[in-house]
Amino acid sequence: MAIEIRNLKKVYKMGVERVHALRGLDLRIEDNEFVAIMGASGSGKSTLLNMIGCLDRPTSGRYLLSGKPTHKMRSGQLSRIRNEEIGFVFQSFELLPRATALKNVMLPLVYSRQHMFTARKRAKEALERVGLGDRMRHKPNQLSGGQRQRVAIARALVNGPSIILADEPTGNLDSTTTQEIIALFKELHREGQTIIIVTHEESVAGHAERIVRLCDGLVQSDLPAAKDPLHREYRRAVAAAAQVAAHEIHADKPGIDAEPKTLPEPVDNGSPTPTTRKITPSKEVTP
Amino acid sequence: MILIRVLFQTVFLAIGQIWSNKIRSMLTTLGIIIGVAAVIAVVGVLSGLEQQVLDQFEKFGTKRVFIGGKRPDGIRGHREWRQVQLTIEEVRAIDEHVESLTKVVPMWGGSYRIENGDRAIESVRIAGIWPEWHDIENRQILTGRPFSALDEELRRQVCLINEMAIEELNLNQDPIGDFILIAGRRFQIIGIVETIELTGIFAGEETSTEAFVPFATARFLLNPYGVIIPTWGELKSVDDAETVKQEVAFVLRTMRGIEPGEEDTFQVQVMQNFIDQFNTMANVMKAGAGGIVAISLLVGGIGIMNIMLVSVSERTREIGLRKAMGAKPMIILMQFLVEAIVLCLAGAAVGLAVGQGLVFLARTVSPEQLGGASVPPWAIGLSVGFSAGIGIVFGMFPAIKAARLNPIDALRHE
Repeated sequence: MAIEIRNLKKVYKMGVERVHALRGLDLRIEDNEFVAIMGASGSGKSTLLNMIGCLDRPTSGRYLLSGKPTHKMRSGQLSRIRNEEIGFVFQSFELLPRATALKNVMLPLVYSRQHMFTARKRAKEALERVGLGDRMRHKPNQLSGGQRQRVAIARALVNGPSIILADEPTGNLDSTTTQEIIALFKELHREGQTIIIVTHEESVAGHAERIVRLCDGLVQSDLPAAKDPLHREYRRAVAAAAQVAAHEIHADKPGIDAEPKTLPEPVDNGSPTPTTRKITPSKEVTP
Repeated sequence: MILIRVLFQTVFLAIGQIWSNKIRSMLTTLGIIIGVAAVIAVVGVLSGLEQQVLDQFEKFGTKRVFIGGKRPDGIRGHREWRQVQLTIEEVRAIDEHVESLTKVVPMWGGSYRIENGDRAIESVRIAGIWPEWHDIENRQILTGRPFSALDEELRRQVCLINEMAIEELNLNQDPIGDFILIAGRRFQIIGIVETIELTGIFAGEETSTEAFVPFATARFLLNPYGVIIPTWGELKSVDDAETVKQEVAFVLRTMRGIEPGEEDTFQVQVMQNFIDQFNTMANVMKAGAGGIVAISLLVGGIGIMNIMLVSVSERTREIGLRKAMGAKPMIILMQFLVEAIVLCLAGAAVGLAVGQGLVFLARTVSPEQLGGASVPPWAIGLSVGFSAGIGIVFGMFPAIKAARLNPIDALRHE
């Protein structure tokens, strides 16, 4: 089991006021799942993300990451968990502007105990994995948005994490590039990677197997994407819009939205494809 | 292990940071640059000056002892100069009884007219000397011979002159054996004495015409009551500086019948004392310069702290990212600390170069006085060490600030 969260609470103190960001949330995410976490702002989405990413500690409750009780850990241990168990992908990529793609991907390995001597090789492999084998020496400003996010994904992959945690990974990308990145995530997922995407775009969430919706610090709904009523509604709306658009195109007018063309195929059911292959090169190399 | 590797990478990272902010880094480290350049230049020039002065002392002889009369300050001991001067008997007694002196040489002094045919020079310094004078003074006889014991004993009318006298008196190029008149009396020239040019603190007077005659001849022919000016002696060893004072005091106080509690009517000066005094002075100057430099480095350090604080807030997101990637607070702290230290050391390196340049300039501008100016290794070590220390001290606060940043806030920082 990748993640087991039990009765997780987080209270922030804002002056004298106490803000309950999470009010006893329960969540289980199995290995090899592809989960989208959705929710309005203030729903506790960001707080949950910080908890899962071990960037913050809960006020109370339990959080087991790959069986490790992170709620009991000190900050130094949490640093190590972040380094070894979690691959972060951010909305604004967060690449070091002056470092090459390769150096950027090597960053987590700088702080790693395991892969000191093979860092360069592993970083190259990760870049090749995301299809940027020919862009290793490029700096972020020489890369397109999609390529930058690929570098970020390669960086997330490089240390063989248990989960990839993507926070609005397509928020800064156009729709075509969004599709590319989503396709990449799906591919990684097929290879056995656990992926958690935090997003507010239904179109992105639709690619996940499972959609977890948060509201007021609790899980509001947790259903396979195909069965999620809100998502189904969205899908119907998009289909309707596509029909309208088709008419308009017929009348020699430009399409209202690129969305329909890139509409994802509905996922049949919520069960993940059982895979035994995992892309964690950490198991191969033990220096 | 991970620490060493991160440290290694951090140094490169820091150099990269500094390189990409060249102008800012240079302005920031200006305080350090100026401070280090100042310490290097001041110490370099001072040590050059010191070397030059010590060379002078060396030329003069570090074992030199000066014994002469002194008029006591007290009202009771109000005496004439003539009364306190050393007599030849006293000199002999010192020569005989003072163990710590290898030699004592009295000098008789006066100014007389010298003539050669129709050429005449008024008031030439004439010194009456013992033959032992040659052993104490490091002045070579260029041609001819030095005085011998026989010259002294027979009160021969012979003299030594310096090169300048040859020119002034219009003598032959080789005047050995020629005669000149000193105070109207005929003296035969037996040798030419090298003229020592004293520069620096001893360069009181211009090099002038000099003539030397045997001590006894001077007393007998020129002036029997002639003034015995400074009596020079030579110590057996430099360590005997204090012993010689006591021994001479014993001999002279006994001979002069000075009661206990009364002041000395003579003085003993040892060259080593002058050297010690000079060294003390030079060290005080160096310490003073060091103090000024320390202040300027301190000011430079505040500049470093300022820029590091700017750097931390500029790179808050980067710090957040690094923390999210698993960098522990200690590693972040080290990164910024190393950056501050590298910045300081870069400043120190530039300062060293500028300082060396200044020392070189001083050497070129004034090769006589400052020819020996060079930067001692301890000054380099000190300024580099101090700069690194400044980096640690003033880099610590910004580094701690960076290390304590909350990764969530840092990542969301705009």
